[in-house]
Amino acid sequence: MKLLIKNGHLLDPISKIDRQMDILIENGCIQELGEKLEIEDAIQIDASGKIVCPGFIDLHVHLREPGFEYKEDIASGTRAAAAGGFTTVCCMPNTDPVIDNAAVANFVRERALLSGVIHVLPIGCITRQQEGELLSPMAELVAAGCVGVSDDGKPVMNARIMRNALDYAKMFPLPVMVHCEDENLSWEGQMHEGYYSTLYGLRGIPTLAEETMIARDLMLAEYTGAHLHICHVSTAGSVQLIRAAKQKGVAVTCEVTPHHLTLTDEIVGDYDPDTKVNPPLRSQKHLDALLEGLQDGTIDCIATDHAPHHWEDKDCEYNMAAFGISGLETAVAVLMDRLVRSGKLELAELVRFFTSAPARILGLAPPVLAAGAAADLTIIDPDIEKKVDPKNFYSKGKNNPYKGMHLKGWPWMTIVDGEIIAHDGKIQV
Amino acid sequence: MRLERKDLLGLRDISREEIQLILDTALPMKDIILRDIKKAPTLRGKALATVFYENSTRTRTSFEIAGKYLSADTVNLQVTSSSVQKGESLRDTIKTIEMMGFDVIAMRHSMSGTPQYVARNTNMRVINAGDGANEHPTQALLDMFTILEHKKTLDDLKVAIVGDILHSRVARSNIYGLSKYGCEVRVVGPSTLIPPEIERLGVKTYYNLDQAFKGVDVINVLRIQRERQQSALFPSLDEYADLYMVSSDRLQSAKDDVLVLHPGPMNRGIEVSSELADSSSMLVNEQVTNGVAVRMAILFLMMGGSRGEVAN
Amino acid sequence: MELRDKKLLMDDVAINRAITRIAHEIIERNKGVDNLALIGIRRRGGPLAQRLAKRIEEIEGVKVPVGILDITLYRDDLTTLAEQPLVHRTEVFFDVNDKVIVLVDDVIYTGRTIRAAMDAIIDLGRPARIQLAVLIDRGHRELPIKADFVGKNVPTSRSESILVLLNEIDGCERVVIQEKTT
Repeated sequence: MKLLIKNGHLLDPISKIDRQMDILIENGCIQELGEKLEIEDAIQIDASGKIVCPGFIDLHVHLREPGFEYKEDIASGTRAAAAGGFTTVCCMPNTDPVIDNAAVANFVRERALLSGVIHVLPIGCITRQQEGELLSPMAELVAAGCVGVSDDGKPVMNARIMRNALDYAKMFPLPVMVHCEDENLSWEGQMHEGYYSTLYGLRGIPTLAEETMIARDLMLAEYTGAHLHICHVSTAGSVQLIRAAKQKGVAVTCEVTPHHLTLTDEIVGDYDPDTKVNPPLRSQKHLDALLEGLQDGTIDCIATDHAPHHWEDKDCEYNMAAFGISGLETAVAVLMDRLVRSGKLELAELVRFFTSAPARILGLAPPVLAAGAAADLTIIDPDIEKKVDPKNFYSKGKNNPYKGMHLKGWPWMTIVDGEIIAHDGKIQV
Repeated sequence: MRLERKDLLGLRDISREEIQLILDTALPMKDIILRDIKKAPTLRGKALATVFYENSTRTRTSFEIAGKYLSADTVNLQVTSSSVQKGESLRDTIKTIEMMGFDVIAMRHSMSGTPQYVARNTNMRVINAGDGANEHPTQALLDMFTILEHKKTLDDLKVAIVGDILHSRVARSNIYGLSKYGCEVRVVGPSTLIPPEIERLGVKTYYNLDQAFKGVDVINVLRIQRERQQSALFPSLDEYADLYMVSSDRLQSAKDDVLVLHPGPMNRGIEVSSELADSSSMLVNEQVTNGVAVRMAILFLMMGGSRGEVAN
Repeated sequence: MELRDKKLLMDDVAINRAITRIAHEIIERNKGVDNLALIGIRRRGGPLAQRLAKRIEEIEGVKVPVGILDITLYRDDLTTLAEQPLVHRTEVFFDVNDKVIVLVDDVIYTGRTIRAAMDAIIDLGRPARIQLAVLIDRGHRELPIKADFVGKNVPTSRSESILVLLNEIDGCERVVIQEKTT
């Protein structure tokens, strides 16, 4: 089957293409890029006015399978990702059982091939059972296809264990993806500590809880020389610490989520549990610092931290509600609407944050628009406006604080290995 | 005139006019409490459920008797904090109460925002009887009513709130309510129990009792919870008492006719000295009566008259 | 729909005469004023009760206790009102037990206000007797209630309304009958 995408505006930060061209796809690969291509036996797709990019990678999602299929499974999670414009996702290992051995990692990859619709790369645990005590078998995990290790959702509180994990991971090398939170400081916290936690009477999570842990891990990374990847950076202080560490040459990378870039703690206002996330939504000062971090290269990439939950885990008292946002299906639209449209972020930069940047962190070949490359494409319609309605999500998790908002600029088509997986928010397979 | 809202969840978002209506209505209600036949028929056929997920015999009883004095049927639903952890969800519990035909529920919960959650999910009117560290509007209203009875006005008074501001819903509701009357509200307590950026609520922060009391008309003493010591927020109740126990000789810098309020029950010898507790400045007992009057006023304003004409 | 003044029923002189006559009748009916108290129904019953007390004092030389009754909490029509009425204080600062209470109001119509007022008084205590004095009786009773002392009987239709204006409240003094116009 041949697929000819015509009249789209190609945008690829790696091959430095930024103009209107046609793409011919055949056998799962890009065959040809060119102007006014005419291929008679190809299915033609008119992408006029659309932005054609290499396939987007989200290196931080929770697919919940195995163990929490009532929240999400690989079938629903990968469909949500495809609808949201992603062609590859990395799934975090806090499943049940956790991904701390080859059997579970293989299970996830097999399930992805069987029921998934996009590429799924598992991330293994740093420590067995994510208990922060014994190292997980990283060589075994690498052999089973894991691209990083993380105890995401939990910090490794013991500095000695963390130091050993970094030392051990560097020989593969594997990025050690850390959820930085000092649990003694964040103790029972429900939202960002600041004016609004005072106003709403909810226990606060101080920025310190994240920053002291980042400071520790940066020192450990510097000492060991390992690749530290800091998940979901949320504070101005964190950005500052990482900036300084990068200047010193520490092998650190980090990600930021769309919600931390665009929502403040004020929206916790009517105690809607869909606003409850960890790290918490911060104040405007932190949002500004995160954006600056993105602009000056301190922050390497954007990831959703897609954390779907069953509605019962969110339809309850604020304190009882689970942390997390189901973000795959709104990530691109949120960034297009809130950052690209307002001129705070170049569209080309947005593409880079979702393509070559995460690929580099994971040690993968970057997705490119070039003849011979795999035909993983994300096509964005910058002009379409839609209202966020979680009821229409492919994700089982409807927990999304953007619900009801009108956003402009949405993923239009997702192509994986030459096959159209999603079109206009609808799964095609 | 009536309360232009389905629920009474807090004083943060309520107008001065609505507060004044409640206080004005509480005065005739207090007369009813003080007479031989403590009954008016106005809420005949209305039903109030008190749903307290946190023990408070005082507040619950105050709501119940307020309802009874106005001839509403009042029922205390036995719920405990532990039932939150297991079994029925709050949503299901509330639905059950609603289907029994209750018009209003007065709800106490240890978690901030829970009455807001309940109000969103029920057609019943919801009165917040205290939620976590967020708000306790009926307590603040009875405090204001008590102040008003003695000072004849609430405008531009200086009020100091003493103690654990961080965890106090009484403090927050008082701050919101009194601020609407132009009061200068001061909060005073150990630095670990003052929440961040509280000055943005328009209050002044003090760590020293004597400085905080300078020229004040009213002192509202909060109850100190022993658990805070376990959380290492202050070293000991003894040290707390040394620094913050309100006693007659610490009222020197306050106005001569200073009023002392306490939401009760008092920890004598900890946040308030025993001699001050028994002095004429201490209004804790009047506050109890006024609490019933204020709650009668709120119940009348919410349940008296036709139902459903107020937009949700 | 508006209300239009149809006819002047009483002017200030007529109102004054009626009050004087009712005062005499109260004294005569009760063979003096020992043990007597007046309670006006808020709002216009209040000033009328005060005037009656003053007139009785002028005649008998005895100060009769006067109170004001707020019946909001006793009304049976709260659910039908668009606007919830304000609750005011009942200002009856004397013991009603075993007293002869003369309830005073401006107009008696359906009788429901008087029913509410009697309930309210009985919640204050147990009077020996309750009598009723009104300035206007306009008929159309819905309850078995009858006034003991009446200033003026006025046959009306239900589409009409009676407006009593008193100096203390309204700054002028007259009773008019009004008619609904469309």
